[in-house]
Amino acid sequence: MTATAEPEVGKARRRKEDARLITGATRWTDNLQLTGMLHMAVLRSPVAHARITSIDVTEAVKMPGVLVALTGQDLAAEQGSLPCAWPITEDMLAPPAPSLAVDQVNFAGEAVALVVARSAAEAHDALAAIDVDYEDLPVVLDLDRAVEDDADLVHPDLGTNKSATWVFDSAEAGTGSDVDQAIADAEVVVERTFRQQRLIPAFMEPRSVVVDPSPGSVTMWSSTQVPHILRWMLSAVLGIPEQQIRVIAPDVGGGFGGKLQVTPEEVLTLLVARRLGKPVKWTESRTESMLSAHHGRDQVQRITISARRDGTVTGLKVDLLADMGAYLRLVSPGVPILGAFMFNAIYKFPAYRFTCTNVFTNKVPTDAYRGAGRPEATFAIERIMDELAAELGVDPLELREQNWIRHEEFPFTTVAGLTYDSGNYEAATARAKELFGYDALRAEQVERRANGDPVQLGVGISTYTEMCGLAPSRVLGALRYAAGGWEHAAIRMLPTGKVELITGTSPHGQGHVTAWSQIVADRLGVAFEDVEVLHGDTRVSHRGMDSYGSRSLAVGGVAVVLAADKVLAKARTVAAHLMEVAEDDVEFTAGTFSVRGTSTTMALGDVVVAAHVAHNLPDGVEPGLDAEATFDPENFSYPHGTHLCATEVDTETGAVKIRSYVCVDDVGKVVNPLIVEGQVHGGLAQGIAQALYEEAVHDEYGTLTTATLADYLLPSAVDLPHFTTDRTETPATSNPLGVKGVGEAGTIASTPAVVNSIVDAVRHMGVSEVEMPCTPMRVWKAIHGRGDGVPTTPGAGGGLGSIDARGGAE
Amino acid sequence: MIPAAFDYVAPTTVDEAVRALAAGGEDAKAMAGGQSLIPVLRMRLAVPTLVVDLSGLTELTGVHDDGDSLRIGAMTTHYEVQRDPLVREHARLLCLATDTVADPQVRHRGTFGGSLAHADPAGDLLAPALALDAVMVCAGPNGTREVPAARFFVDYFTTALAPDELLTHVKVPKLTGWGAHYEKFNRVAQAWSIVAVAAAVRVSEGKIADARVGLTNMGPTPVRARGVEEALVGQPATAEAITSAATRAAEGADPPSDGNADAEYRSHLARVLTERAVTAAVSA
Ligand SMILES: Cc1cc2nc3c(=O)[nH]c(=O)nc-3n(C[C@H](O)[C@H](O)[C@H](O)COP(=O)(O)OP(=O)(O)OC[C@H]3O[C@@H](n4cnc5c(N)ncnc54)[C@H](O)[C@@H]3O)c2cc1C
Repeated sequence: MTATAEPEVGKARRRKEDARLITGATRWTDNLQLTGMLHMAVLRSPVAHARITSIDVTEAVKMPGVLVALTGQDLAAEQGSLPCAWPITEDMLAPPAPSLAVDQVNFAGEAVALVVARSAAEAHDALAAIDVDYEDLPVVLDLDRAVEDDADLVHPDLGTNKSATWVFDSAEAGTGSDVDQAIADAEVVVERTFRQQRLIPAFMEPRSVVVDPSPGSVTMWSSTQVPHILRWMLSAVLGIPEQQIRVIAPDVGGGFGGKLQVTPEEVLTLLVARRLGKPVKWTESRTESMLSAHHGRDQVQRITISARRDGTVTGLKVDLLADMGAYLRLVSPGVPILGAFMFNAIYKFPAYRFTCTNVFTNKVPTDAYRGAGRPEATFAIERIMDELAAELGVDPLELREQNWIRHEEFPFTTVAGLTYDSGNYEAATARAKELFGYDALRAEQVERRANGDPVQLGVGISTYTEMCGLAPSRVLGALRYAAGGWEHAAIRMLPTGKVELITGTSPHGQGHVTAWSQIVADRLGVAFEDVEVLHGDTRVSHRGMDSYGSRSLAVGGVAVVLAADKVLAKARTVAAHLMEVAEDDVEFTAGTFSVRGTSTTMALGDVVVAAHVAHNLPDGVEPGLDAEATFDPENFSYPHGTHLCATEVDTETGAVKIRSYVCVDDVGKVVNPLIVEGQVHGGLAQGIAQALYEEAVHDEYGTLTTATLADYLLPSAVDLPHFTTDRTETPATSNPLGVKGVGEAGTIASTPAVVNSIVDAVRHMGVSEVEMPCTPMRVWKAIHGRGDGVPTTPGAGGGLGSIDARGGAE
Repeated sequence: MIPAAFDYVAPTTVDEAVRALAAGGEDAKAMAGGQSLIPVLRMRLAVPTLVVDLSGLTELTGVHDDGDSLRIGAMTTHYEVQRDPLVREHARLLCLATDTVADPQVRHRGTFGGSLAHADPAGDLLAPALALDAVMVCAGPNGTREVPAARFFVDYFTTALAPDELLTHVKVPKLTGWGAHYEKFNRVAQAWSIVAVAAAVRVSEGKIADARVGLTNMGPTPVRARGVEEALVGQPATAEAITSAATRAAEGADPPSDGNADAEYRSHLARVLTERAVTAAVSA
């Protein structure tokens, strides 16, 4: 066992797992081939809202290679209802959520029938032979309209499209004063409505499921973020004894929250595999993914901010309508609620009220997407701070500074009732301003305005904080979430001195294998290369709450530390016994135990062997040094940062070009700066994409018109600017690693920074809002006062929508 | 997604290919680079029973000098067109437009002829072909015929090619020494044009002696901006003259409305981009 000289934590290690991932040397779920494996294909509703009057599968069953074709009726008795683990209020309304629609479809893309055949091609061919009759029902799409009294209903049985209304009021909670009073008394009040468009997570690896239904032991491989939750929920939904289910998430190619789900297809693959007694695989196409995997965001936000003339903010009122889509999925109702604690952001509001109504529409269900609730909150507060600054005629950065929590005020309990443990907004902002050249850009902006330059310059600011490290179990309980927020880790000390670390987190691109190895290497004084990280298989990692909400390091990483400490504690006992000294005299550094004041030493490796062979252990000490630990955080962690964006807006075409982007993030202690950098870059790309490119668009019939990547625009590297990134480092005080979480930071801050910069560029032309995504047409129309809507038809030429619309490339 | 089943043949001569297409009838499809056809097959938007793979037709690749014009093989890839010295010298507009097509992967597979035969109104090579007065050489069971670009593009995704005809070559008259520019407007780099303008001009003694202007995605087929051309010819190559001529850009166009741009905005873009394209071409 080699001792590591310089600490591993803090090293920019290349990721151990990358060689395997990027050379295709791994096996994704779809690469699995089991003997006798069959293939499932799913028929999806082309209409958004209809009664199913008949489904005829007789012709499909006769097709070559087909074993079975099933409808919702066939599975009605066994499919149960897909789980929703977050009933946000006692009286929340939740319709039954069948995996296969039984007599009604509620969104275009909903599964209505399935075929199992010997090959995937035969299964797909047979779908065309299924005959479904639909009787159209009125389609509910618009959020504002859906909550009106005379609105058509998605689920008539519920009597309303409102699922639940959730309120936080600082006056009632005792965390602040009454916001209505604050607004009534205010010298300045600014009100705005912002729209968070619907987004599609667009993970790179489409979803795939393989089920091997051996009697007494069902194994499911799934491209999921949440193998542990999935196993629990499958047992709960289908009544299969949990000990007989094994879920494996092999290498998973991205998720962004989109694979934090228990999907209809997972349930269906399991049911048909069990019914046929054969392994079955289902893999989706990209379009299928876009039509049926859960979407993200989709809110209407009415924001009122009040302030004194001197710029001091006095109140914040948030009224949200959040689109749930047609059903409540795993954590759908809770996503907007995660934002409830973040609208007040880094500012000292004395009064705050948050009201959110969750609404059903005939669209794909929404659920977690990178940031989940927090990007929405940050967007709204950072946009309205700019609007307030414009109203007051002050520099938007100065307005923020005037109102934020100063570094000497931490720990600080906010008006939303959270206690921020640490932070230094001044330091991050100062560094960002310096890197950005804030003053020079402002000067150039003035000049371009004066010259009437057709290309105008805008400066966009976003500060942010977020609650990461989901989550203290007690808090989750108080929010009526069905599960806890702890994480588990176990360490196996192998007799050759190598280490197996088992984590309950479930990486799907984040680099846990590398970062966890670094943590263990430092803690135990073993070589980085000697640590193997095991995850994602419920037979190997039997306890875990999986990966989402920037929780893996801040919660799971801490569990790793605690488990390592337990290994060391026991190793110390054994070492003291073997060296025949008192335990208190034994010190441990860099993988070696030594006796204080003597030259006697014993390497951890030798202690491991001694503990393993157990020839000579103290009385009552069990053989082996393996240990496990579960960590339940006391508090969230609160990363923060300041992002600055300069954009050039071509006022003749409305085209927006990001000229420079600077972010200074404070994610606490950093285990691996390279991984942090990667997370920031990816996050920025996704956040900028919300501001400029991505939007799930439905036509008036509820058909998703952006169901290919030719129509749903994702930027590539060439579309994005150079990112100037830097960090300040204020350690979290809420965990022994001092870490905070970085998975969502870039996504959260970049969207408002970009939109603020666009509005800033053309504010003098009378623009105070551009709806996202800020397409050239929207920007041009905003400048020229043409506020009319944007057509929902896909590209008339280019892209595949066009080919679709005209019936093929003839 | 998985395409429906189809038969596949890979002929090595134009004759064989034409015979295979004729035998396959309406349900046969030629495949060049497959960059547009394969997505369509995978989404089952087209369900041909026979695919005739043209990649073995080596006689259809490369650029040839025919004196007054260039002859470009239909199977010449975008990548080859971009780098071809003859094209660069005598039909620079084509190089510049091809530079903006898709991404490197697609440009290595997609072909010049495939793009023209596909006739996507948002495709970037149609307007240059029209502006350059290119002539399409088509081979069918009864021999070959030549169709000028102005008659080749019939409607959205529809050309003058019969189902059993192949586009074999494109003749492009040389415009040696002309200035050229392709001004493309799109939202992400690898995407098709929302609107684009292809311009080639010959400036002589400070005056615009000749001008060719073609518009991409301003109608079901590429559009020749004749009004702009007329307004430019004989004018001094000045900003004022170009700005004034560009106001006629959308004359005769029939722009579509879609999620990226409605007709009004497209017409506006056509004017702005024409001004920019001609300005750049004049100084190129
Ligand atoms: C991601 C992506 C981005 C793209 N972006 C752009 C872009 O920005 N601009 C742009 O212009 N294009 C773009 N394209 C399209 C690309 O240029 C294609 O290569 C082109 O449209 C078709 O060329 P191909 O050789 O691949 O033809 P194929 O896909 O093989 O064929 C297309 C059609 O033409 C027919 N056909 C092909 N060759 C012949 C022939 N010789 N005779 C008769 N019929 C024939 C086929 O039967 C088929 O119907 C993009 C494509 C992709 C995949």
